Amino acid sequence: MRVAGKGLIDRTETVPFVFDGVSYNGFRGDTLASALLANDVRLMGRSFKYHRPRGVLTAGSEEPNALVTVGEGGAQEPNMRATMQEIYPGLAARSQNRWPSLGFDLMGINDLGAPFLGAGFYYKTFMWPKAFWEKVYEPIIRRAAGLGGLSGQDNTDKYESAYAFCDLLVIGAGPAGLMAALVAARAGADVILADENARMGGRLLAETYEVDGKPGHVWADEVLAELRGMDNVRLMTRTTVAGAYDQGTYAALERVLHHTDRRPNGAPLETYWRIVAKRSVLAAGALERPVAFRDNDRPGIMTAGAVRTYLNRWGVSPGRNVTIFGNTDDIHRTARDLLEAGVHVAAVIDSRHDAPLSDDYQVLRGAQVCGSAGRKGLESITVRRASGEEKIHTDCLAMTGGWNPSVHLTCHMNGRPTWQRDIAAFVPRPDAVPGMETAGACNGSFSTDACLREGIAAAEAALDDLGMKAPKTTVPQAEDTPYEIAQLWAVPGKGRAWLDFQNDVTVKDVKQAATENFRSVEHMKRYTTQGMATDQGKNSNVAALAVLADATGRGISETGTTTFRPPYSPMAIAALGAGAEGAGFKPQRFTTSHKAAVARNAPMVEAGLWYRPSYFPQAGETTWRQSCDREVNMVRQAVGICDVSPLGKIDIQGPDAGAFLDFVYTNMFSTLKVGRARYGLMLREDGFVMDDGTTARLGETHYVMTTTTAGAGDVMKHLEFVHQGLRPDLDVSFTSVTEQWAQFAVAGPKSRELLNDLLDMQLDDESWPFMACGPVSVLGVAGRLFRISFSGEHAYEIAVPARYGASLYDILTKRAEVLGGGLYGMEALGVLRIEKGFITHSEIHGRTTAYDIGMGRMVSQKKDCIGKTMSQREGLEEPGRERLVGLKPIGESKQLLAGAHLYKEEAEPVRTNDQGYLTSVGYSPTLETMLGLGFLADGPDRYGEVVKMVDHLRGVTTLCEVVNPVFFDPDGGRVRG
Amino acid sequence: MRITCPHCGERDRREFYYRGAAVDLDRPAPDAGAEAWDNFVYLRENPAGVTRELWYHEGGCGAWIVVTRNTVTHEIQGSQLASEVNA
Ligand SMILES: [Zn+2]
Repeated sequence: MRVAGKGLIDRTETVPFVFDGVSYNGFRGDTLASALLANDVRLMGRSFKYHRPRGVLTAGSEEPNALVTVGEGGAQEPNMRATMQEIYPGLAARSQNRWPSLGFDLMGINDLGAPFLGAGFYYKTFMWPKAFWEKVYEPIIRRAAGLGGLSGQDNTDKYESAYAFCDLLVIGAGPAGLMAALVAARAGADVILADENARMGGRLLAETYEVDGKPGHVWADEVLAELRGMDNVRLMTRTTVAGAYDQGTYAALERVLHHTDRRPNGAPLETYWRIVAKRSVLAAGALERPVAFRDNDRPGIMTAGAVRTYLNRWGVSPGRNVTIFGNTDDIHRTARDLLEAGVHVAAVIDSRHDAPLSDDYQVLRGAQVCGSAGRKGLESITVRRASGEEKIHTDCLAMTGGWNPSVHLTCHMNGRPTWQRDIAAFVPRPDAVPGMETAGACNGSFSTDACLREGIAAAEAALDDLGMKAPKTTVPQAEDTPYEIAQLWAVPGKGRAWLDFQNDVTVKDVKQAATENFRSVEHMKRYTTQGMATDQGKNSNVAALAVLADATGRGISETGTTTFRPPYSPMAIAALGAGAEGAGFKPQRFTTSHKAAVARNAPMVEAGLWYRPSYFPQAGETTWRQSCDREVNMVRQAVGICDVSPLGKIDIQGPDAGAFLDFVYTNMFSTLKVGRARYGLMLREDGFVMDDGTTARLGETHYVMTTTTAGAGDVMKHLEFVHQGLRPDLDVSFTSVTEQWAQFAVAGPKSRELLNDLLDMQLDDESWPFMACGPVSVLGVAGRLFRISFSGEHAYEIAVPARYGASLYDILTKRAEVLGGGLYGMEALGVLRIEKGFITHSEIHGRTTAYDIGMGRMVSQKKDCIGKTMSQREGLEEPGRERLVGLKPIGESKQLLAGAHLYKEEAEPVRTNDQGYLTSVGYSPTLETMLGLGFLADGPDRYGEVVKMVDHLRGVTTLCEVVNPVFFDPDGGRVRG
Repeated sequence: MRITCPHCGERDRREFYYRGAAVDLDRPAPDAGAEAWDNFVYLRENPAGVTRELWYHEGGCGAWIVVTRNTVTHEIQGSQLASEVNA
């Protein structure tokens, strides 16, 4: 019911919206919850387990009941709190966890089965028979449980992540936060003031207090106006500070567009902020506790503070005939506010025997509400007094069990709150988060005056730490009512008294957990699911542990709390992962020849972040093998072109470059002549192979190293580490130039003929022998040429600055085609190297040594190098080690499969008989057979032996001959010729 | 988490690559013996308290740094260029 003359809404602007298919009107400034209450809609959701009808319990982000789904399709968003969802024209919200409708829910039958669904029922009921779990129990639980659902479509909304920095972050913009921000801002500090609500002011918007003789919200607006006018202040509304992390880092979620259906191009729905603050003030306020009594979950029963908020902020009375129940003076404040607004107060039930009386309304002292009735909403309550029980008709019960300071953020870095007996609540331990001060209600100081004073004090302490001078501040005049509370957690009696409304946990469940010896608060939580819903127990944890403390005969302080963890309130994974989806998660790296390769219909394969052509299909070719075979033959017979730019390239310069390379490679590089390249092997310090590649000496003090594509980043870090950490005495420096140079392999007997057309000089064996390198002019462009080969053919790699890459690739392709050659892709490259027994990371996979791959002699005995000592330790060269061999099929099955294991021909193929495995396979058109590289126990000593390859996964057995891994041209005549 | 690079100042930890204990800087001589090498390559303390670790300012200046921090309180007590440790 809307109340005339109350509320901070704009009554001139009517806002139409839809809930469960029905159209309603609200006003600008309404939340979905306030607008529905204004329309006398009390039933807003159903509970998780028993599907009990539920109405709104609170007026804030802690709301456990009124969760709705907003939006359709890819923009569908479940579990939005009606208390936080602002209405806008066209908003369509749907209730959750009901079927077929909110009013009539078939799963409500769960409620009748409640005796069987108590604490621990998941653990007990579904244990047996085991086979039932997957087929029977899980589908039933999945259908019955869960709140809102996702659409199953890709999320179409945008999310963003952002950083902010400040001197002082103030969390919460109630009286304490406003005051802290004002004092710090006036001192000139860079201030961020964040509040989860659309409008700042906190409880000043919800109560009828005055500050400095003005209504609280007017005072708040004046402070905000001053703050808004300062350059050093940033006000962040709709922003929940969700976590406190190391070194003053705070996570915050800004709900940028949830309050509108506009999605301006590119604007995010939510922004995930990382705020780095030198100091912070937590002024997060407090959350009111419900009281557990029989059937305390009926729609129409809500916290007293929420009733005042709906009345004072939104001009809505949740009932026409209100009753009020609790244990602090707040209930009398609620009664006065309602009466002043013209709402009838049927009775005030105060559990305290010494409660104040009133002339304006009936006060029942020392009384308790022990039950409620009503079909889909509250119709009456039962009140118990010493004289007996009496029934009172009412459509709204405002209840309070006191307030819990919002200590959450103070616990995010291992802090534990302490129990403060006089306010019956947990308060933050000082200095629980380095650099954070706490102020106001979150500190257990509930009066407005205390909030204002503590806000000033917190800002002054922060300014002092920052070395800034605080201005002299007068404390504004405000109420300083003492907080008188008598503990009241659960009203004794039969029936179900609810603690956790969302997860349907009752007082009886907690007691049962204690009876079954789940006495630790963490055990009780997991056994009953208390506090495990989306509100994370904000409304119920303290009451539940008080019940547990009582049941176990311990004090509340001794019982302790469960662990508070971020985020403070639920956060979409999409916001947490903003910027890290798709290409943001895995950027794509394209070579300069990418477009040309795609234009030739080459299927692209991923190599790390790079995309490389798999093969280049030609007319008439229907399988990749046909293309691959042709490309291999083309390289062996004419000339092939392949973009090898993704290999890592590291420019190494300095007088000690040679000495440095001697230390990181197993073999010598200081003795390498200028104008020559050499194959190098790099070990990890544990003696296993790290990476390999060729390194060329371009000058006395200038080398360029190539790494594998996969190893480029790690090698760069490794070189920097070895230099800075182990050999800072060497004068050498490194730069990654992988992307600066486009580099192409020109391979095959006609490679020299092709290049001689492009270069400003003629290549011959004398001036450009195998492994020569040097500067060249490529059609007038300064480039580099390396006579190196990964195919075993007479071959070169030619490099030009990346901006000429696409053009050179084009020219190379055309000239190759004239010579009967053309492009080759990764498949052919793989076959060519397998034919030659060249290794890749398939072979140097982290568990192989130089000895294993047949390069033991490449570990120079003349010098120390990384990994040398450990490579020589016992066991790494012992008989039986699996070492690199070639394998050829010789039996009926011609199939070789990478990953398959090797056994002696007559042995049973079981683990204990394992002799090794295959790492690389390919069909060789040159030798017209499948070829494999693999590791076999004592392999090189077993050439000619027949072994059995078994692929247990794919069910293939093939007999193989063990051979030298260099299948083709073992003398290397082709590469030199 | 924020780490101070001696070159660049305080930066978000996402700019850094983590390697492990700063033991990696104490490379034994080749003839130091099996135990010294085993210690160097494989054995690490797992302290609840102060520890020295190697971080690489990969998203920044490229410096390897030794960060001293407390694994219990997460306090960062200081950082030093790795090149100065063995200089
Ligand atoms: Zn740096």
